[in-house]
Amino acid sequence: MKHALALSVLLSAFWLINSGHYTSLLLFFMVVSVLFVAVLCHRMDVVDGESQPLALTFTIPMYWLWLIKEVTVANIAVARCVWKGADSISPSVIKVKANQKTDLGIVIYANSITLTPGTVSIDLEDNEITVHALTRETAEDLLTGEMDRRVCKVEA
Amino acid sequence: MELLLDIVSWILLISGSFFTLTGALGLLRFPDFFTRTHASSITDTLGAGLILTGLMLQAGWGIVLAKLLLILLFSLLASTTACHAMAKAALRSGLKPHTVNDNDNSNSEEETSSKP
Repeated sequence: MKHALALSVLLSAFWLINSGHYTSLLLFFMVVSVLFVAVLCHRMDVVDGESQPLALTFTIPMYWLWLIKEVTVANIAVARCVWKGADSISPSVIKVKANQKTDLGIVIYANSITLTPGTVSIDLEDNEITVHALTRETAEDLLTGEMDRRVCKVEA
Repeated sequence: MELLLDIVSWILLISGSFFTLTGALGLLRFPDFFTRTHASSITDTLGAGLILTGLMLQAGWGIVLAKLLLILLFSLLASTTACHAMAKAALRSGLKPHTVNDNDNSNSEEETSSKP
């Protein structure tokens, strides 16, 4: 029930942001369409803690801030490699273990790895992520496991 | 205040363009598919992020700001997912990443795992 409510609030906010017209007729259409989509999602059985991760609401903003910082630093490092040319890179394939308990946590971790330039997660089996790293430094950064720890904290 | 906002916004737009250009250059310079995905992720993250933030400062408070935020959010989610999907598809169809690795164990591990 609380997930369905969260979905309805989210959809309404999305509609209001994208519309820009607030007459009573259009607001009525909004209510109808939001209800329709919520009922449809309920019948498809996709309204649960995985599609509406309410538990992460308060823990994830701090993680996002940290991730933005990490992505910026990694961006500058990779941009430097681009301008130096192909000699400055040392690509490698490494495997890292994801210690998250839920599938959602592992997906957040794997997607964060891909989002950071210099590391791309290319495969995911059980809780082992295969990562392609552009340079030795980016691989070592990942192997320290700080990102893994922080995602675990988001999940808890 | 207006002037300050304009200056900051222009700095963001120009540095965003620089990172987008860097991403494009990396796409041409890097040797194989997997390293090129790294270059494209520069364009996706800091390139798009800085340009959109610069535009947000130009937009001021209002519905346009909210829409630009949504564009940023969805483009970040979509580009990572697409990047991973492409890399995984390349690996599955037998493309081996170029590696210049001293410790050979991860190298040989890769070769056995990408065989099927």
